[in-house]
Amino acid sequence: MKLKNKPTLWVAGLLIFSLFAAQSGFAKGQNDRSGASPDSTIVNIGSLYEPTNLSNTQGGGQGVNEALSGNVYEGLFKLTDDGKVENLLAASYTKSADGLSYTIILRDGVKFHSGKLLTSADVKASLERVVAPGSLSARISSFRNVKSIDTPDARTVVFHLNNPAISFLYHLAVMWIVNDDGRDFRIEEDGTGPYTLDTWNRGSSLSIKKWDGYWGAPAKNSGVVFYYFTDASALSNALLSGQIDIIAAVQSPDAIAQFENNPKYKINNGASTTKELLAFNDRVAPFDNTNVRKAIYSAVNRAKLLNSIWGNYGSLIGSMVPPTDPWYDPALVNANPYDVNLAKSLLAQAGFPNGFTFTLDTPTYDPHPTVAEFLKSELASIGIIVNINSISADEWYSKVYRDRDFTATLQEHVNDRDVVWYGNPNFYWGYNNPDVVKLVSEAEQANSTDEQTQKLLEVNRTIAREAASVWLYLYPQIVIAVSNVSGYPINGLNSQFHSYNIVKTN
Amino acid sequence: MINYLLHRAFFLLVSFIAALLVIFILLRLLPGDPANALLPSDATAEQIMEARAKVGSDQSLGRQFVQWFARVTHGDFGTSLVSGIPVGPEVASRLRITVPLTILSFLISLVAASAIGFIAAYKNGTWYAAVLTVFSQTVIAIPAFWVGIIFVWLFALRLNILPSGGWPNGGWSNFGKAVEALILPLITIVFVMTASLSRYIRSSVLNILDSGYIRTSRSLGFSQGRSFLLHGIRNAYVPVVSILGIELSSTLLGAVVVENIFSLPGLGSMLTKAIAQHDYPAIQGILLTTTFLVLVIGFFADVLQRILDPRLRNQNQRGG
Repeated sequence: MKLKNKPTLWVAGLLIFSLFAAQSGFAKGQNDRSGASPDSTIVNIGSLYEPTNLSNTQGGGQGVNEALSGNVYEGLFKLTDDGKVENLLAASYTKSADGLSYTIILRDGVKFHSGKLLTSADVKASLERVVAPGSLSARISSFRNVKSIDTPDARTVVFHLNNPAISFLYHLAVMWIVNDDGRDFRIEEDGTGPYTLDTWNRGSSLSIKKWDGYWGAPAKNSGVVFYYFTDASALSNALLSGQIDIIAAVQSPDAIAQFENNPKYKINNGASTTKELLAFNDRVAPFDNTNVRKAIYSAVNRAKLLNSIWGNYGSLIGSMVPPTDPWYDPALVNANPYDVNLAKSLLAQAGFPNGFTFTLDTPTYDPHPTVAEFLKSELASIGIIVNINSISADEWYSKVYRDRDFTATLQEHVNDRDVVWYGNPNFYWGYNNPDVVKLVSEAEQANSTDEQTQKLLEVNRTIAREAASVWLYLYPQIVIAVSNVSGYPINGLNSQFHSYNIVKTN
Repeated sequence: MINYLLHRAFFLLVSFIAALLVIFILLRLLPGDPANALLPSDATAEQIMEARAKVGSDQSLGRQFVQWFARVTHGDFGTSLVSGIPVGPEVASRLRITVPLTILSFLISLVAASAIGFIAAYKNGTWYAAVLTVFSQTVIAIPAFWVGIIFVWLFALRLNILPSGGWPNGGWSNFGKAVEALILPLITIVFVMTASLSRYIRSSVLNILDSGYIRTSRSLGFSQGRSFLLHGIRNAYVPVVSILGIELSSTLLGAVVVENIFSLPGLGSMLTKAIAQHDYPAIQGILLTTTFLVLVIGFFADVLQRILDPRLRNQNQRGG
């Protein structure tokens, strides 16, 4: 009889132990939320974009910008959350009359985290690092326009350009100024920002802490921890269970509903620059025919697509230009309206009254497979048969981007101001309109932003009229935070997440 | 026994090399080119050639394998193509989560499954033995990720007594938080694991209770319990040990799935990410490590079985 009871006791013991363990966890959790602990000014941010390394020129990915841009590293200029370019490490600048040289005076008394004073030599080295062989910087082509750099004294840098470039300051705003003394920036840092790198636990978190030697206004919190998740629902669970304070960018619409109408959380619907594209290979038949592209555009009920993917979030666009770019034209949303009869007649005019068949190279990650299925059913109504070919992100790069071995594809394009790619006939989609090429080039060499804006507006209208691609919708940019946290950026422009103004009240 | 150990160790080595070859070839069958990770978005043809030469994807498969094998035998797992950071130390740091999680959940499951299996067998015919049996059969059918989701919902979101996932900043140096972070993954694995182990233990105990030597022992006047303690337990675990080996291996692989649900920076999350990024050196490093662990576990399970049951030893010696 005694022996028979023993296993039962074991089970009971195990249960009691797990309850005990859970209880102690409960007590700890409660303490954390009381605000009494010294950690209360640490802001916890949840993200899906873990950096692969810490360098923005060595393939660190968008997570690097999110955690380090503006926080640990600074540029000569700063791209604000509403898209303006302001002085940062540059105290002032002058542009030559021909637009071919920029003289920048550096702010005085700026130190790197290592203690070294910032000089013009560091600026020169930082730019050379971006264009060096082996650099993976996304901005490499913008800086190839720099012919030479002079450093007449420690505080003066002069950039000489091959061609006038009105976006030059904008590009400088995304270039980190680093103390290039031979360290491995993939695992270490030496920037001038308000935070220093604290710890990076690969696969889980990256923390930065307030730096006392900062030249400007100090950070309003004592530090920030970016927690990385691989799964969108794990990320929202972390916010629901109080482990994190902010989700920097919601990627799954399913995650939003549980925070709606709950006073504990604030949902911020910011301005996104991420566009979902059905990109044609405009070089090859039948997509070299404008009417075919326009027919496809008009056959797709984009409002229905957006709603089925993002519910009430996100917005429709009619071109590559998001509303935050200066050359946005709201009238273009309906440049190619949803109209199946129009689609059919355009298709007939193009010589395909009975439709045709094409292959759609579809990246395997969300939302592309869903979008592909939707397009397949929409296009079937005008007689076009879509064969969906699922490919990995890596294969997309080889097959579509590098080898241009495709007919049509789906892709999200994340950057602001990227309408200029339509002025490059060598880009993967191969759109080639000499007027647009000329306008994009003239816009870049414009003397005033007004002139630049006018030229790019024209580009914007032309590509919409010719349906260079189908711009399906603009992603929403959603930041969800607990309501006692404020001061965070809501637009997340260029994947930045400036954290120094975030305040947590108890 | 020595003969057997040598024979078994040789078999271990051969299987390991065969596994390496399979891993290597299967990875090369994936579409895409690992050199992509080294290329900027506007790469020129020369840059592409350079990158291919750098990662070795321009060479023949055989050559690539030989080079890789030579490096691995020197303990060099290579450098991640994506991050440019060595793979070996990262795998080692990930093991600091995966190994404790696996071993601890295995041990707890073993204890719990022994209790459940024993009651279910010893009390065969009673209603609670039936409940235990039905329970374990049902749980086996439930995938671990689903159990994980339910536990997160219950313990983290409804009761709010445990973190829903993630790993503390600072890792094991923040010991209390680290333990907290492991509790839900642990009970998820234990839940699933206990169910399947208890079935094996139950049927093994049932066999023993039916056996001649227990009956003999009973006829000599020992109680059922005493007979079982004296003669039963050791015998009951002989068939179970080989199952335990397999189960320990599957716990290790199951931890890989569970780590993803709970966003733990173990081998599992590293593997999924590496596969998505086509990071050959990282994938190979992880698969090599897990394959090695699984083979070694199998080796020890075999040896342990022979220690527990002298008959197997003799059999082998006669045969070998």
